[in-house]
Amino acid sequence: MIRRDIRHRTVFTRRALLIGGAQTLMLAGLAARLRQVQVDQGRRYATMAEENSIAARLIAPQRGRILDRFGAQLAGNLINWHALLIAEQTTDVGQTLDKFSAIVPLSDAERVRIDRDVHHSKSFIPVLIKEFLSRDAMTMIEVNATDLPGILVDAGASRSYNYPYELAHVLGYVAPPNDSDMNGDPLLSLPGVKVGRAGVEKFHDLALRGHPGVAHLEVNAVGRVIRELDRTDGVNGEAIGLSFDVNLQLAVQKLLGDEAASAVVLDCRNGEIMAMVSNPSFDPTLFATGISQAQWTDWTKDRRTPLINKATSGLYAPGSTFKMAVALAGLEARAISMHDRLNCPGHLDLGGSRFHCWNKRGHGPLDLHQALKYSCDVYFYQVALRTGIDRISAMSQRLGLGTELDIDIPGQRVGLMPTREWRVSQGHPWELGDTVVSGIGQGYIVVSPLQLATYAARVATGRAVQPHFTRRIAGVMQPGSQPEDWPGLEVAEPMLDAVRSGMFAVVNEPGGTAPRARLDGPFQLAGKTGSSQVRRVSRKQRESGNFDSKNLPWEFRPHALFVAYAPYDQPRYALSVVIEHGNAGGTAAAPIARDIMTEALRLDPAIRQDGGPSQVADAKS
Amino acid sequence: MIEQRLWLKSPHDLTDKIFRINWLFVLLLCALASVGYVALYSAAGGSPEPYATRHIVRFSFGLLLMVCIALVDIRIIARFSWVAYAVGLVLLLLVLKVGHVGKGAQRWLEFGGQQIQPSELMKLGLILALAAWFHRADWDRIGNPLFLLPPLIIVLVPVGLILKEPNLGTAMITLVLGGVIFFAAGIRWWKFALVLLPVPFVARYVYQHLHGYQRARIDTFLNPESDPLGAGYNIIQSKIALGSGGLWGKGFLQGTQARLDFLPEKQTDFIFTIIGEEFGLVGAIAVITLLLLVTWGALLIGLRCKHQYGRLVAFGIACNFFLYCFVNIAMVMGVIPVGGVPLPLISHGGSAMITMMVAFGILMSVHVHRDVEFDDSDSD
Repeated sequence: MIRRDIRHRTVFTRRALLIGGAQTLMLAGLAARLRQVQVDQGRRYATMAEENSIAARLIAPQRGRILDRFGAQLAGNLINWHALLIAEQTTDVGQTLDKFSAIVPLSDAERVRIDRDVHHSKSFIPVLIKEFLSRDAMTMIEVNATDLPGILVDAGASRSYNYPYELAHVLGYVAPPNDSDMNGDPLLSLPGVKVGRAGVEKFHDLALRGHPGVAHLEVNAVGRVIRELDRTDGVNGEAIGLSFDVNLQLAVQKLLGDEAASAVVLDCRNGEIMAMVSNPSFDPTLFATGISQAQWTDWTKDRRTPLINKATSGLYAPGSTFKMAVALAGLEARAISMHDRLNCPGHLDLGGSRFHCWNKRGHGPLDLHQALKYSCDVYFYQVALRTGIDRISAMSQRLGLGTELDIDIPGQRVGLMPTREWRVSQGHPWELGDTVVSGIGQGYIVVSPLQLATYAARVATGRAVQPHFTRRIAGVMQPGSQPEDWPGLEVAEPMLDAVRSGMFAVVNEPGGTAPRARLDGPFQLAGKTGSSQVRRVSRKQRESGNFDSKNLPWEFRPHALFVAYAPYDQPRYALSVVIEHGNAGGTAAAPIARDIMTEALRLDPAIRQDGGPSQVADAKS
Repeated sequence: MIEQRLWLKSPHDLTDKIFRINWLFVLLLCALASVGYVALYSAAGGSPEPYATRHIVRFSFGLLLMVCIALVDIRIIARFSWVAYAVGLVLLLLVLKVGHVGKGAQRWLEFGGQQIQPSELMKLGLILALAAWFHRADWDRIGNPLFLLPPLIIVLVPVGLILKEPNLGTAMITLVLGGVIFFAAGIRWWKFALVLLPVPFVARYVYQHLHGYQRARIDTFLNPESDPLGAGYNIIQSKIALGSGGLWGKGFLQGTQARLDFLPEKQTDFIFTIIGEEFGLVGAIAVITLLLLVTWGALLIGLRCKHQYGRLVAFGIACNFFLYCFVNIAMVMGVIPVGGVPLPLISHGGSAMITMMVAFGILMSVHVHRDVEFDDSDSD
């Protein structure tokens, strides 16, 4: 045993020393080779390092274009000549900038920003000095190149919008990335690169951005490019094709005029958004070049809120437009039937409170069809009481109201669809009176115009369509464009039909509340009016006899709403129109809705796609 | 008297064990980690973030781990040799199934956000397993080919798996590691010759029967200049950086080449270029000397050990460390065309650092327990 180990040990010692010696020799060999590289050939490599360096430079890809459904460009890129400064290639940054501003004036604010950027980035990374150079300025810079070490002029791209004012809320805008955008994407460190800040630009930012290419350049000590060794082109951002019809959008914008208003038009078979207007709008290109304090104050002080996209983030009580949801909830719960007649004496008394119908004399006994046609409040007070708030809430959310939608631009507001549980969580009991006013879309309920349009589309088709813009990415059709892509609502068809015929009566039968929405021509429109109070009408005002909301100051007048779809027998488009403080849905919103629908049907892509040039554009997008 | 002998042979007093740790060796490791700190500070453009601070934190953790392992009796570690080997093997199989693909090869596993490279653990398991096997060997049985067959399989199975990742560089290192342990265990010279002689012919035969894409992969591996913007580009840049450093270097933080983002992996595989550029030949040779001292320190621990298990473990760990250093520096200088091997304790990278410190912990346990007697009743 011991002998065995001694034998092992001598052999191990001998061989370990041998290996150790070999290792020493191998490292010595490396050291000798290192001496060759660093000392014998050192001078050669030093020259290579100083005079001939290979620099890898990122090439910014073009941001993807945004197109409408026929391939018309909504957002594209313009060439933007800009001046850059590479700090390590100049002896004195301040002096160089002084000389530069003798050619192209730099404001104090710009100087501060440049100094900060130079300070923050590595000395060999170019810093943006000035964008949008004129041709003259470029020539002057080229001529004075020797006085301007480290300054180079480069072609970048700047975003351009074909309809900046009309599409600001939908497309959003781009801005230089800030620290929270820096996620390791090397593209973002390039000067002049912008990221999407709102709307489609933000939602599809990654697809629009693309991937940078790389050029390997041989550059000398002053950074002058000797030659380009090779170039791998980047991948440009992908084109995003929207479901939008820009012509319809412009028409809707015009129809809304000066009102603080919004309108959404959906293809009700698949939820594609054909137009979304929020009035008034703003010009986002002003952000890129810097806006004045006065302009900013104008925008923020304007009570018509131009900076807010009212279609997705404006919240309104739905008023009488909500009655279809109440009816469907009541029908499904078997709280009422289509033919039950309920009496309207002009008011409903409940526990000491009196709830009025808009028609003080009362409608007498009426069934569902008539109740919708005349928009009788007392009928729906009773339906709401029989159905209960929780069922009404659940049905409304199935129809798209007060619930989050899969809209593909950021910033939607969900609104509120109250339930017993919600009210209790607020620390109050749910009162029966709350249920009563919910029956006519007042009280706590608030929804957005986008939700109203979705609601109209779902009632029209019986499918749970989601509103969306994205139709093609890089020319490839995205799912969701076919009606079959969307699940059914699972509301019984006879119930839906009862509600639809009520909506038809509102517009097309004598005595309906919105005769002014009737379409000329072959198609028929079904719709529902709504007016939502922004301030409670006091008993004193009501009893004074000659109360008229038209005499109120603008901001206290009720909002005017209208939801509709057409054609009645084969629904194609659904829309919602909300005129802020427009007083009454039947008079303010209905005629505009009729004009929008007429325009939508006239511009119907099913008709236009047969045309030659637009079809080619569509295929190429 | 008897009591004192026992006490000497198996020190179980904790303070005694701590005194027996080779603190000079620990000092050498600290010196290496400090070199790493300086180089990584420079690699980040003169900032402790994001590499240098994390490097030193990991090293401190590794040091603690090493001391803890050093206090564990080597006989206990020996008993777990095969477990370590089996775990390594399972992880290797796992990486082939679910591993993360990096640079076209599956090399990483992720455990709670921590990346581990099973091939590194495998090498440690292999050292322990081979040492355990040869520890039981009678001098006469070593010559028996049947006795040599199991350890041969022990080496070839993980080598095959690593080849499949595919990671030719690490597979070769593992094969060489196994070979030198065989050698240290006392296998006769002529047997090595017998195995090594037909290698060129077999390689030729295999190469000719490979698929086109496999052959292309080996071609780029053997000749990186054929891919001038891949590995070749790195080597050219790395040589310019080293060469421009000259005898005395450009000075701390004064290097331009290595820092100008020419080298995409300057903080990991190409960290040696920064040392060469900023501290010149003098600095580079100083670091090489330090690496050699660590290697010799580990070898000496093996030479002073009184049991075969400890000797072979120490020798294996020394050789593993040396192979990392040699392959990395040779690669940076373009002497051999391998990629993906870090410079131990200097390169940035958590998994390699911790594995290396665990290995040094076992090495230190060998040193602390160099005089213990193994209960060999089961071997004869």
